Amino acid sequence: MALDDHKTTGFKFIGTRPDRPDGLDKVTGRALFGADAQAPGMLHGAIVRSPHAHARILRIDTTAAEALEGVKAVVTRADFATGLSGEFGFVLENVMAGDRALYDGHAVAAVAASSALIARDAAKLVQVDYEILPHVTDVDAAMVDDAPVLNDTYADATVPAGLHPNVVRYHESGHGDVEAGFAAADLIVEDSFKTEATHQGYIEPHACLATLGADGKGELWCTTQGHWIAQKTCAALVGIDTSQLRVTASEIGGGFGGKTTVFIEPVALALSRKANRPVKIVMNRSEVFRATGPTSSTSMDVKIGMMKDGTITAAQGVFRLQGGAFPGAPMEFSAMCAFAPYNLENVKQVGYDVISNRPKQAAYRAPGAPMASFAVESVIDDLCKQLGLDPIDTRLKNAAREGTKASYGPRFQRIGLVETLEAAKAHPHYTAPLKPGQGRGVSCGFWFNHGGETSVSLALSEDGTCQISVGTPDIGGSRASMALMAAEVLGIAYENFRVTVADTATLGYNDVSHGSRVTYASGLATIKAAQDAVAKLCKRAAAKWGIPEDAVYWEDGFAKPSGANAGNFDPIPLAEITKDMGSTGGPISGHFEATPEGAGVSFGTHIVDAEVDPETGKTAVVRYTVIQDAGKAIHPTYVEGQFQGGAAQGIGWALNEEYVYGEDGRLQNSIFLDYRVPVASDLPMIDTVIVEVPNPGHPYGVRGVGETGIVPPLAAIANAVSAAAGVRLRHLPMSPPRILRALRAQASEG
Amino acid sequence: MQYHSPNTFEDAAALAVAAAGVTRFLAGGTDVLVQLRADIITPDTVIDIKNIPGVRDITRHDDGSWTLGVATSGAEMREHVELGLDWPGVVEAMDLIGSTQVQGRATLVGNLCNGSPAADSVPAMVTAGVEFSVTNSEGTRRVAVMDIPAGPGRTHLAQGDVISAVHIPARGARGGDAYLRFIPRTEMDIAVVGCAINLALDAAGVITQASVSLGAVAPTVLRLDEAAEALIGCTLDEATLDKLATAASAACNPISDKRGTIEFRTHVAGVLAKRTAKIAYARAQGVTK
Ligand SMILES: Cc1cc2nc3c(=O)[nH]c(=O)nc-3n(C[C@H](O)[C@H](O)[C@H](O)COP(=O)(O)OP(=O)(O)OC[C@H]3O[C@@H](n4cnc5c(N)ncnc54)[C@H](O)[C@@H]3O)c2cc1C
Repeated sequence: MALDDHKTTGFKFIGTRPDRPDGLDKVTGRALFGADAQAPGMLHGAIVRSPHAHARILRIDTTAAEALEGVKAVVTRADFATGLSGEFGFVLENVMAGDRALYDGHAVAAVAASSALIARDAAKLVQVDYEILPHVTDVDAAMVDDAPVLNDTYADATVPAGLHPNVVRYHESGHGDVEAGFAAADLIVEDSFKTEATHQGYIEPHACLATLGADGKGELWCTTQGHWIAQKTCAALVGIDTSQLRVTASEIGGGFGGKTTVFIEPVALALSRKANRPVKIVMNRSEVFRATGPTSSTSMDVKIGMMKDGTITAAQGVFRLQGGAFPGAPMEFSAMCAFAPYNLENVKQVGYDVISNRPKQAAYRAPGAPMASFAVESVIDDLCKQLGLDPIDTRLKNAAREGTKASYGPRFQRIGLVETLEAAKAHPHYTAPLKPGQGRGVSCGFWFNHGGETSVSLALSEDGTCQISVGTPDIGGSRASMALMAAEVLGIAYENFRVTVADTATLGYNDVSHGSRVTYASGLATIKAAQDAVAKLCKRAAAKWGIPEDAVYWEDGFAKPSGANAGNFDPIPLAEITKDMGSTGGPISGHFEATPEGAGVSFGTHIVDAEVDPETGKTAVVRYTVIQDAGKAIHPTYVEGQFQGGAAQGIGWALNEEYVYGEDGRLQNSIFLDYRVPVASDLPMIDTVIVEVPNPGHPYGVRGVGETGIVPPLAAIANAVSAAAGVRLRHLPMSPPRILRALRAQASEG
Repeated sequence: MQYHSPNTFEDAAALAVAAAGVTRFLAGGTDVLVQLRADIITPDTVIDIKNIPGVRDITRHDDGSWTLGVATSGAEMREHVELGLDWPGVVEAMDLIGSTQVQGRATLVGNLCNGSPAADSVPAMVTAGVEFSVTNSEGTRRVAVMDIPAGPGRTHLAQGDVISAVHIPARGARGGDAYLRFIPRTEMDIAVVGCAINLALDAAGVITQASVSLGAVAPTVLRLDEAAEALIGCTLDEATLDKLATAASAACNPISDKRGTIEFRTHVAGVLAKRTAKIAYARAQGVTK
């Protein structure tokens, strides 16, 4: 039996656009999301949160709360595991404060009661005495000598001597000699940029239902991008063995990276153990903003040297990221992605991870990359303007290609940046005339993509249909893509599949749905699991025909003898083999477990037209085109959806979304009214072009597409807005007050 | 929490005067219920006024003036063609509030009594010269819009006062009003600056009456008498518009907050005043609706 492992053309199912299997449930309200779970005897939890940005917790008095009718349990830090270190230690400290509250919204206690209203009232009765400490929320302010110290034990060995203890990690990479490169440049542009923190803004707040018995066995239902990481983390935080906690992922109403960790889940488990009843916790929106993980805010300096012909001679960047009160701001990703689209002889990048009195940052699509790209691509835009160069030609001239030594180290395999740039240049958008007051911007962007631990199990039913169990929550239509890839291997129609996101007890370990890894890694595992099943199907046919296994091959859903020598047998369809499988050797299933390492990196190029009202600074994005390399688009509609979603979120980030902190260190805008995500009428129709340069690391050439799409927008929009306004915007979001200030400053300078 | 749904304003007033603690009237509930759920208020008494006969009626009187029931929703106002022709500024201001869902409930009176300095319908009511019937245990009196706001979240209504009707004057000949607000997005946002202007012209297009009002630039809505004076006797030439903009900016007494800075609000007030004046003027001329 010969299986053609790699295939990039001649597909029957791949590339079609069937309805997603979860679609009907979602549009009719039948789908069960995090808050939809109920259990007999269930209690409702509520969390007591610090109103202070930084305070010592002197005393927590729970007597009044406990005395309230209907209250069944109150927990504080004393009800969680001790002695945790590393990331588990940080997560515990974040989900339940120890001796200090580190940001406005930090959990300090929690209650469980017979109704959500009683729980809310009881939370107000928990008396916490605080000693208020000085706070800092800005990344630059947190690095200066006299900044309040959050924790002087967090800094690791990478941090050079002499830096403030709030600098907890340091990164430096690159190659060549930047000083020599700058000396060779005809023009050097050096500039500084800032971006404010944004939230993923998923529509579904965090919600969970937890049961934990005195025997140390637990059940957890929650909205998450990865239930195995939730299992591992929660078990550690409440001090039970990992395998004793079964975690089921609900349908998920968006995550974008923000649901790759836990917040309320360990708290619900601790409450359940204390009350001996199931406990449900549902965050409200304000809690989501105050106490889950937004992005880092940044402060960045970028310097690039260019020859008159557009060749970049050297590039250098410093990226300071504030990631809240704990280490982990993705500054190394900022640094490594910043210059990745370009073939540079001399490049150097430096990153600082800085702690401050804000919530612990969490991943948000291509963590760290969009901000760095904003700074770098703004400077390239400036260089092109000053040298009179075309921005796409200049990027093409410097573009990374197969074999280029990446700014972050390795040599690129087959990549598709040039193809996206060429498609951008050829797109009618690029040459369409602009109206007065409008400007056009372009930007490239890069993201690594990820493989990660993956298990898939596939079982055939007697009637010739197939069930697939994957362990990666479906955040973008992945069940449809899995079914398409399995259909391609098995040669039976898409409708024959049911794809289930299995719980932690029914499948081996799966890494989170992050890193744009699902269609790549779960897809690869699904293909391999289907091939495993095909091998078994061929074996049954061989046994029936009495010929060797390797004289049978699989095509279009049939076992066939491989040529005249094998014998002259009629092909047997899949359903006929499965009909008798009980008596021909038992159930037929396919499995695959691995950590695939071949996730292909991906690049995109965006073109944006923006319009600015010079009297008010108000911006409208009037046209937007996303061009991105998908390797192979399994389900093109969902690939386009990822492209459009990246642009939409990028528009919000670039124009109006931001965490606004007051002098008191409190978050000022913890509701969607004042945390301004774009509404539908703010967005133009977002055009998409799918470029397909196959990834050699996937059987069908898939590259992840979930994250690259949010890397170019900040810069592309900033370049468009700067062109329309006639002044360079260096601080995101480019809200009307910031644009107007820049315009008036320029006018008064003359 | 006590919930009442009286059948007369007298009963509503009596319930309110007798209530202890925090009392809220429930019109559309688009402020009250949101604040309740967000833990901003915890009322002891909620008095729903929607079961009082006539609270959704829109009546045009023989003299051309209007009376609106206090629970008339934004959607009902927008669908009323004649009201829109007479008072397009009032109707468009109300229409800017919230979404389709919110429009089905939200009211002018709720918008005013919630006490937000950024309330959209309030500047338009100011320039239209709207008055309210206010009922309490002693009877019913008429109060002008400007006499109700006291500061953010506060009104001059006393405990036991309930607004029982909205009165909009007759439009008169060659008049027009308009309302514009600045928001960073296209909808579902709160005014960073709001501006209403109501004009009446003579046959030659010279402004004979003018009223200018700004929202969101001071603790309460502003009526700009100097800016209005600057308009009277003029057609809407550039010099007049510049004077209007300067007067509007000069009148601002804003704060810097998450929605906008002092500098921004002050500047944009002038920009909006010009733009609003042009729309109101065109409407007064009968050039546009
Ligand atoms: C999603 C959303 C978007 C919104 N967008 C906007 C917007 O763009 N612009 C804007 O200005 N507002 C906006 N709002 C706020 C709100 O919708 C408006 O203020 C609305 O007009 C309130 O009217 P209501 O009838 O719902 O008031 P309610 O919530 O019923 O009452 C508000 C206040 O008025 C008092 N009150 C009500 N009736 C009387 C009465 N007869 N006598 C005395 N006091 C009374 C109540 O006691 C309460 O204090 C928005 C709200 C939401 C939820």
